[in-house]
Amino acid sequence: MATNRFPADNGLTARMTFTMFLLGLVYVVFIGVLIAIGVSYLIIILLAGGFLFAQYYFSDKIALASMRAKEVSSQEAPRLHALIDRLCALADMPKPRVAIANSPMPNAFAAGRNQSASVVCATTGLMDRLDDSELEGVLAHELSHIAHRDVMVMTIASFIGMLTGLITRFAFYGGMFGGFGGGDDDDGGTPAILLIVLASIVAYAVSFLLIRALSRYRELSADRSAAILTGRPSSLASALVKVSGDMARIPTRDLRAAEPLNALFFSPAVSKGFSLSSIFTTHPSLERRLEQLTAIEDRMGAGA
Amino acid sequence: MPAAALSLQAGLGLQPSGRAGVAFKPASSGSFAAAGRELRELLEISSAEFKTKLEELDDSYGYHWVLLTDPDLDELVTAVHILNQTLEEKGYGAQLLCSMFAFKSSEGKALDLVYLYKRGTFYPFAPLGGERRDNELELQVRGALGSELPVEPDLTRWFPLHGAPL
Repeated sequence: MATNRFPADNGLTARMTFTMFLLGLVYVVFIGVLIAIGVSYLIIILLAGGFLFAQYYFSDKIALASMRAKEVSSQEAPRLHALIDRLCALADMPKPRVAIANSPMPNAFAAGRNQSASVVCATTGLMDRLDDSELEGVLAHELSHIAHRDVMVMTIASFIGMLTGLITRFAFYGGMFGGFGGGDDDDGGTPAILLIVLASIVAYAVSFLLIRALSRYRELSADRSAAILTGRPSSLASALVKVSGDMARIPTRDLRAAEPLNALFFSPAVSKGFSLSSIFTTHPSLERRLEQLTAIEDRMGAGA
Repeated sequence: MPAAALSLQAGLGLQPSGRAGVAFKPASSGSFAAAGRELRELLEISSAEFKTKLEELDDSYGYHWVLLTDPDLDELVTAVHILNQTLEEKGYGAQLLCSMFAFKSSEGKALDLVYLYKRGTFYPFAPLGGERRDNELELQVRGALGSELPVEPDLTRWFPLHGAPL
């Protein structure tokens, strides 16, 4: 991270580290319980590890294949290449490969295990909808995922999560079919199995939530870096609103035409409280992201 | 409002253009004459009190507009406020649609701050030609306003007012 100009985000890094710590703690406690009980988990770890390693190592190819995206040269997509060239020069990072996916849905993603083996992909829907400065904001967001090595961070995080998930299942089936120890040991057998199942369920649930929290931090961090790098937080905000289908929320119907139909116009603006669904999503809410960009815009405007 | 205008000026180079408008729906054809008379009296009192210039006109949607012109923003805001308040006191509160304050950038971009009387919130509206609007500028304005004004949080209520007679 120190090799490029994406600004460090200390608060976020601290929170992220804390999340990673909690994640690791869950893992360690869980493994500790398993070791105490004497379960053989080597095979599962090898299996999950191998699978995750493949996912990590081939993440760019897997992502491109799943989106049916095609790598493009600078002759084929001059606009996209020009924007990415400029951003990479600004951020002082190697240029990733560039791909386009033929899809009307506005979307973009970055994949790849490190800066030299990464790819940035935009859909045709995204390029049609956004103007240059908005597209630049989105690309800067994706480039900062690469600069922050988010693919690696998320792969490691989901490896741990996946491991606990797999072991949960293993322990559960093992318990169901009496796979642990001798069946005639009435005193120790059943409580031990119950304990495994309980511990693994808890471990899985907690790691599940932590991975999602981590993912949301990464998204906010990428937004922030992109805003600062391009110096135009409002362009990214505008792109996010368009991409999330939220520009569609800013209505095109005239107030004077809409008013007679709008029976709920008297209802006061309800302040949204903490919602449970926000724990489970991998992306922060659009409101949260816009809020952050607005705050950055404010700070830039104030010259601070 | 004056603080908000300062933020817009400092942050985005938007200057108040000295124009504002109050739009409301004339109640019904029967009481319209009476309402109109009352309104005119009210306007005369207002314009005697302030240097604010007033005009009236009807738009194609059937809304009645009172247009206010005053280079002094404080006076303009006060005049709009008094107009809103008096209309409400006279029982026309339910017919009030919105108030608008016009701003302009040095490059000639237009931005209106729309005040939704019934919700007590403001939202930005940046008209472009051909019934299009500049959503980016609107979001920038929301950022610049920050906590200076209660900005309408529900984007689905940021209705445009194309061709408003400001």
